[in-house]
Amino acid sequence: MKNIKYLILRRITQITLLVLYFGANAYGWHILEGTFGSSLLFGKIPLADPYTTVQVMATGFVLGTDVLLGALLITLFYFVVGGRAFCSWVCPINMVTDAANWLRRKLNLDKEEVNYRFLKRRARYWIMVLGIIVSAVVGVSAFEVLSPITIMQRGIIFGFGAGISIIVAIFLFDLFGVKNGWCGHLCPLGASYSLIGKASLIRVDHDHEACTNCMKCKIVCPENQVLYMINKESIMVTDGECTNCGRCIDVCDDDALGFSIRSFGKNK
Amino acid sequence: MANSNNNRRKFFATTLQSVGLTALGGLLWSGYSDEVKASPLVLRPPGALDEDDFLKACIKCGLCAEACVNRDSNKNKDGSKREGTLQMAKGGDHLMIGTPFFIPTEVPCYMCDDIPCVPVCPSGALDMPSLLNQKEELDINKARMGLAVVHKESCIAFWGIQCDACYRACPLLDEAITLEYQKNERTGKHAFLLPVVHSDICTGCGLCEQACVTEKPAIFVLPIEQATGKAGDHYVKGWDEKDQQRISNAKEIKTSNERSEKEASDYLNMEVEY
Repeated sequence: MKNIKYLILRRITQITLLVLYFGANAYGWHILEGTFGSSLLFGKIPLADPYTTVQVMATGFVLGTDVLLGALLITLFYFVVGGRAFCSWVCPINMVTDAANWLRRKLNLDKEEVNYRFLKRRARYWIMVLGIIVSAVVGVSAFEVLSPITIMQRGIIFGFGAGISIIVAIFLFDLFGVKNGWCGHLCPLGASYSLIGKASLIRVDHDHEACTNCMKCKIVCPENQVLYMINKESIMVTDGECTNCGRCIDVCDDDALGFSIRSFGKNK
Repeated sequence: MANSNNNRRKFFATTLQSVGLTALGGLLWSGYSDEVKASPLVLRPPGALDEDDFLKACIKCGLCAEACVNRDSNKNKDGSKREGTLQMAKGGDHLMIGTPFFIPTEVPCYMCDDIPCVPVCPSGALDMPSLLNQKEELDINKARMGLAVVHKESCIAFWGIQCDACYRACPLLDEAITLEYQKNERTGKHAFLLPVVHSDICTGCGLCEQACVTEKPAIFVLPIEQATGKAGDHYVKGWDEKDQQRISNAKEIKTSNERSEKEASDYLNMEVEY
């Protein structure tokens, strides 16, 4: 049980949120209504996705204050809990790509190292900027046209239709194509949360003294470039690309990793 | 020295590659987005901005659809919930994905007095001020979701059969649709009762379309843009004083060309050379 604590907590969080959103439509609950693009918490507090908000603004439309306030609240929230906590604790696609990643390991697909020359992890930042430019040019929130995240969420709330195909496509891409292909290379929403999370407060802390260099954390980490300090230095994982998923903490048998509050002063 | 040259070359090459691939992605992405935008035959919720602005503004949250389906009035007599009017476009609907719309033959808009779908819109894609009357109250009669159009060849009332299903179904009875009486020359002793839609009143709710008795409805709602024409500014109603004011400041414009050398009657009587 010890080595799946955060995994279970994440699944509970993800599924609970989806159930609440589903219930808002199906049973008229007023706990969490709408979708990730824009929501209403307890029927009063507006929430909005910052990247979606920026895209709408890029189209030249002057947004309602509800959305602007909502985007501010979400930005502040993830500034505290770690920007990409959205990716691993909230986003429903995380369950799809985690499943693909798990199956990848089981099928030994990672043994064959393939060099994806044109697809680097920084591609997502280009895509993120591109999404804003395309929004401005075409006059529609460009990522929302094909975002598997909201397609999956709306699918669960309102019914999938043919939208299910993009979810399957992402699964296949991550399984047989690029490892961590969607979440780790392409997703511009994750990129936007990486930027928000650059300065976030809750971080994973590494204790170099306790580490036995087993590398289990690096195998399971979806963004293992952020774990460069393993068995080298006792510092925090401060890279914004860390999703705060806690899988490294789960699999560590040596208590060398744990969540901690970022200390801006002495952290190097 | 050679090494730093190499590094610089590599840096320029990879940067160029990133820029190039981004441009490629941008072209594909723009093309795709522009295509999926082009689905004009869609009915939007009350108060929706013009389709172009609506697509910019809609944040695809679904709060309108949720408010629609969960309104108190949307219940059967046994208390069970009915389907809502507003649907969220999904893959395969061939509409901009995630945007709200409705299909009158499935569930028309029942024109709720409190318009639950509009005030919840966080982005302003459903424009509440456009639905306020002079007393600053929500007035669903100001909604213009579309316009009902009658196809007279398939409307059995135009055949002479007595049918006023659409007229009776209309929430703005005898205002949005009126019946025009005409003599049926074929029988010589009956009257046609012809449905006529008035575009200044019709909200496009679609209750008429749903009520229509023909196999495929002979009265149907189209988006305003598709259902209307435009006379243009240069037609002025000479019998309408208000319309005349539009040209009160008009000045005479004299053009002169070959034709102006002759009198109008001269060239009107000339043979035309093609």
